[in-house]
Amino acid sequence: MTATPLLQMRGIDKSFGPVQVLRDVDFTAQAGEVTALVGDNGAGKSTLVKCIGGIYPIESGEYLFDGRPVTVHNPRDAGTLGVEIVYQDLALCENLDIVQNMFLGREKTRGIVLDEPTMERMAGETLDRLSVRTVKSIRQQVSSLSGGQRQTVAIAKAVLWNSRLVILDEPTAALGVAQTAQVLELVRQLADHGLAVVLISHNMNDVFAVSDRIAALYLGRMAAQVKASDVTYSQVVELITAGRSGELGLPLAAVDAATDPTASNVAIDLGDANGAEQ
Amino acid sequence: MTTVDTSPRTRVPGSENRTLNQAVRQYVGRIRGGDMGALPAILGLIVLCTFFGIKRPVFFSDGNFANLFTQGAQVTIIAMGLVFVLLIGEIDLSAGFASGLCASVMCVLLTKHHVPWYVSVLAAVAVGVVIGLTLGSLVAKVRIPSFVVTLAAFLAFQGIVLLLLGGGNAISVFDGTILAIDNNNMPPWLGWVILIVCAAGFALQQMLRIRSRSSRGLGTDPLSLIALRVLLLVAGGGLAVYFLNQERSHNPLRNSLKGVPIVVAIILVLLLVWTFILSRTTYGRHLYAVGGSAEAARRAGINVDRIRISAFVICSSVASIGGIVAVSRANSVDSNTGGSNILLYAVAAAVIGGTSLFGGKGRVLDAILGGAVIAVIDNGMGLLGLSSGAKFGFTGLVLLLAAGVDALSRRRAAATGLR
Repeated sequence: MTATPLLQMRGIDKSFGPVQVLRDVDFTAQAGEVTALVGDNGAGKSTLVKCIGGIYPIESGEYLFDGRPVTVHNPRDAGTLGVEIVYQDLALCENLDIVQNMFLGREKTRGIVLDEPTMERMAGETLDRLSVRTVKSIRQQVSSLSGGQRQTVAIAKAVLWNSRLVILDEPTAALGVAQTAQVLELVRQLADHGLAVVLISHNMNDVFAVSDRIAALYLGRMAAQVKASDVTYSQVVELITAGRSGELGLPLAAVDAATDPTASNVAIDLGDANGAEQ
Repeated sequence: MTTVDTSPRTRVPGSENRTLNQAVRQYVGRIRGGDMGALPAILGLIVLCTFFGIKRPVFFSDGNFANLFTQGAQVTIIAMGLVFVLLIGEIDLSAGFASGLCASVMCVLLTKHHVPWYVSVLAAVAVGVVIGLTLGSLVAKVRIPSFVVTLAAFLAFQGIVLLLLGGGNAISVFDGTILAIDNNNMPPWLGWVILIVCAAGFALQQMLRIRSRSSRGLGTDPLSLIALRVLLLVAGGGLAVYFLNQERSHNPLRNSLKGVPIVVAIILVLLLVWTFILSRTTYGRHLYAVGGSAEAARRAGINVDRIRISAFVICSSVASIGGIVAVSRANSVDSNTGGSNILLYAVAAAVIGGTSLFGGKGRVLDAILGGAVIAVIDNGMGLLGLSSGAKFGFTGLVLLLAAGVDALSRRRAAATGLR
C-alpha cells in the first residue's frame, strides 16, 4: 500500500498525572481497509482512540489526516474531519426510533419544523447502502431491537455524515454468533465503501475475519502494526501478551523496561522497532 | 462471511404503504406489547362515567358536564406543564404551590396595586419562569435531586404565599377578564367555529403529511385511516360542543348559561402549542432524548443542562396559568390556592394519561385525558355524597393503579422487546 494513509498518528505521548498511558505510539489507518487495534486490558487502546476522537488532548506527537497535520481539540473537531467513534455502550436513546437516533443532535429541519420525510429517506438510503436487511422498519423504537441491530444502527449513525474514519470499540463484545457475523459483515462493507475502519476487539477470530492490518498495543507502546496476512494467530497473541514475537514487536530491552516498574523512567530508544512493516 | 438475512424488506425499510387493516393490526400489536398509550385513561373514563351516570343520573346533565371542564381545568393545566418535567425523568412537587404563588402575585398586583389585568397576568407568568429557572438550575447545575429541590420549594412557596397574603387572608378579585376565564362561556356559534377550524386544520395537516411523504417515495397511511381519525375528532368534539351549547341556567331569561367554557379554549391552545413543540421541533426531540438517555443526548452534542432547565421553566410557567385559572374559578386567592391535593392530582393526571414516571415517554394530550379522569372521579364522588376522606382514598388508589399500569407495561414491553 503506497497511498498516504488517511490517519497517521506519530510518536503520540499521553499520560494521566504520573501514569504514562501512551508512549511514543505510531498508528496508521488506510482508507478502504479495516485496521484492527488489539491489546490487553490497560494497553492503551481506549486512550489512543479517545486521542484520535479529540476527547483527550495529546501531549506530544503528530496527528496527520490525509497527510496534513491537524489539531483536534474536541470531538467536534474530529467530527469535522470525518472521524466518528462508535463506543461500546452505543449511546442510543431507547425511546426514540431508528431515524430519530441516527439524526439525534443533527436533525434536518424546514424552518423550525423537523423535516421527518427527508430524515427518513436519508436514513433508509444509508441502511440500504450498507445492505442492512435485518431491521423490519426504520420507524421501530430502538428498545425493540436486538443487540446486533442496535450495533447496526450505531454504525449507520456514524457513517450517515460522510464520515471517512469510523472507529468501532468492541462492536461484537456483547453479541451472539449470528449477530456477530452480521456486524462483521457490516464492518467489511464500510471498508469496501472506501472508509478507513478501526476495529478494537479482543476476539482474535473477529480480528482475522475482517482486518487488513493489525496494530498491537503493549503497555502503552505500539508493539507492531502488521498486515493481517503476514502474521499468525499465535504471533498476534504473543504481541498482545509479551509485546514481541520472534522478529516482530518491541526490542527486548523495551519490553523489560515496560514490565519493570522501577525502570519506567529510563529513556529507551525504540528506534524503528515500532511497526515492523512501516 | 455469511449473510444472515432474517426478515425481507423493501428498498427503504418501513416505506410501504399501510392499509387500514395493517394499521389496526399494528395498533393492536403495540397494545399487546405493553405500549398502551392513552387506552387505560380512555377505558377508565368510560367505566367511571358509566358508573357515576347509573348511580346519579344528574352526572350526565348538561350543567354537570360543563362543571367537569371548569373544575378540572387547574389540575389539567398544571399536569400539562408537569409532562415536560416527567419526560426528562424528573419530578416537580412544587408545581401546585408555584401556581398558588404566581396567582398570589397576580392578585396582589390586581387588587392592591390596581395594575391592569394583562400586566398582572404577565407578571404571574414571569414569576413562573423565574421559579422554573431557579429549580432547573439547582437540579441541572448543582445536581440536587429534583425530588429534594422541589420538596424544599413546595414548603418555601407555601411560606411566601402566606407572607404575600399577610397570614390567612384571602384576596378577592373583581377584574372582569380574570373572572371570565373559568366562569364564562363562549357564544355557541364560536364553539362550532373552533371545532370546524380544528377539524379542517387536522385534516389539512394529515393530507400535507401524505403529500410530503409520498413525494419522497415514503409509505403513507391510507386515506380511510385519516378519514377515521378526522371523523372521531368531529364526532367527539361535535357531541361535546352540542351538549355544552345547551341552556344550563334554571332561569334562562334572567341569566342565560350556555356555550363552551372559555377555559376549554385556553386548554386547547396550550395543547396545540406544546404538542407542536414536543413532536415537531428539534427542541422537543431533544427533550425526549434527554429523558431516554441523557448520556446519548450529551454525546450527540445536545446541551443536556439547558434542556433540563427549560423543562422546569415550562412546567412552572404553565403552572402559573393554572394558578390564574384557579383564581378565576374561586374569585379569590388564599394560602391554599394550588395547595392540598392539587399537585398530587396533577401528577396523577399526567401518569393516568400515560406519561411515564421513568422519563422519555409522554404527551401533552395525556395530561388532558388524565385530568378528565381526575375531574370525573372528583365530581362523581361529590355527587354520590361521599366524604373528602373517601375521595382522597379513592383518588390515591387510582394513582397507584396508574403508576402500576405504567410499571407493568414497561415490564411487559421489556419482555416483548418493545422497550
